[in-house]
Amino acid sequence: MRGVTSEDPVPVTIELNGRRRSGRATARTLLTDFLRSELGATGTHVGCEHGVCGACTVRIDGVAQRGCLTLAIQADGRKVDTVEGLSDRKDALTVLQQALHRNHALQCGYCTPGILMSFSDFLAHNPNPDEQEIREVLGGHICRCTGYAGLMKALIEAASEMRGEPPQISDSELAT
Amino acid sequence: MKPAPFTYMRPENLDETVATLSQHGADARLLAGGQSLMAMLNLRLVEPSVIVDISRMPELNAIKLRNGMIEIGASVTQSELLAWPELEAQAPFIAKALPWVGHFQTRNRGTVCGSLAHADPSSELPLALALLEGEVVLRSTSGTRVLKAQDFQSGMLQTARADDEIITAVRFPAGAGARGRAFREVARRHGDFAIVAVGVIARDDGTLRIGIGGVADTPQCIEMNADAGPDEVKDRIEHLAWQLGGFDDIHASARFRRDLVRRLTPALIKEVRACAV
Repeated sequence: MRGVTSEDPVPVTIELNGRRRSGRATARTLLTDFLRSELGATGTHVGCEHGVCGACTVRIDGVAQRGCLTLAIQADGRKVDTVEGLSDRKDALTVLQQALHRNHALQCGYCTPGILMSFSDFLAHNPNPDEQEIREVLGGHICRCTGYAGLMKALIEAASEMRGEPPQISDSELAT
Repeated sequence: MKPAPFTYMRPENLDETVATLSQHGADARLLAGGQSLMAMLNLRLVEPSVIVDISRMPELNAIKLRNGMIEIGASVTQSELLAWPELEAQAPFIAKALPWVGHFQTRNRGTVCGSLAHADPSSELPLALALLEGEVVLRSTSGTRVLKAQDFQSGMLQTARADDEIITAVRFPAGAGARGRAFREVARRHGDFAIVAVGVIARDDGTLRIGIGGVADTPQCIEMNADAGPDEVKDRIEHLAWQLGGFDDIHASARFRRDLVRRLTPALIKEVRACAV
């Protein structure tokens, strides 16, 4: 049995965006705080801290989930992917990121990393989603400044481009 | 906010888990998917001194068909159940209701049994348990017991689980709802807690079973003949709507909740009759 007594920090090692990274965490340290404060990976944002807003969404072993509802110690030995690791080059963006950029799907950018992590998982497993499915996944995120029209447009476009289709969308698909 | 300090334990197997629970009792909380518990810890609505993590336990991670029942282990996530190839055939009602449980991102972690343990009256899975008359398997150092749905859910966020017990699995009757099923809920945003959730199934014995979540402290069910006439349906639903004892809160008034029950239920009965043909 693994046991960690309340406030004594223990070593936690994760594979962060493909690289082995270690830090220390107490039993109650949240994964979001471990990423940001211990490993300096501040791309993952902290919003409501009770699983509603979606800002902290990361991929653990490839699956999109809430970083704020995960203990750092639960991620020990697992693969954690964050927004920093989406693109393999510092000066390049992924197709998904480019679509958000092109469609003005962000202003302050607070919700953006979480949305990118959700859809990088969702679109990889559902390459051909309809608008309603995208809307439902996006429903797990709260954006308070840009609104969702640009996001919907970007996500529909990204999905079609990831399928290898040239980017094109009709106005009817954009009705919100 | 952040959780208050606690000791974290990760048992390797079920025996270690029940031994840990027996030692710590009410001071311990089981952590499976954590999609309710972690939020409550962060908000300091609960401050247990021990967290027992069962999320990685392989023996609890199975979905089995056995003796006419679907048995879902304690660490099976809602996403894993949604992806189960037999779901539509064996549990057609659950296949309809499950996409309404939380969001894509929370279903990826949240467990089926965890939602039942949390027992939120507006949650879909407790409604499914009551409607389909499932049962819950509980284990402690003194053995295993099986509770029927109506004996398990005792109130708002309350169940008959003892402090030293773990829910090892939930069982639903295989094929329940195959003759007809419908589910609908009203919430401000898809994935939020339901203001009212309604489920209806047609049963082999020629009755309809109707379940309502989100209004009373626990999901409430009634039964009627599948061929009940419009007047009888209306009367029964009217009676049910008042009997649920809805209340005004930040999300909706009691009157609005009653109206949702009055409007959604007949529509769902119609839908069930249509698939039964």
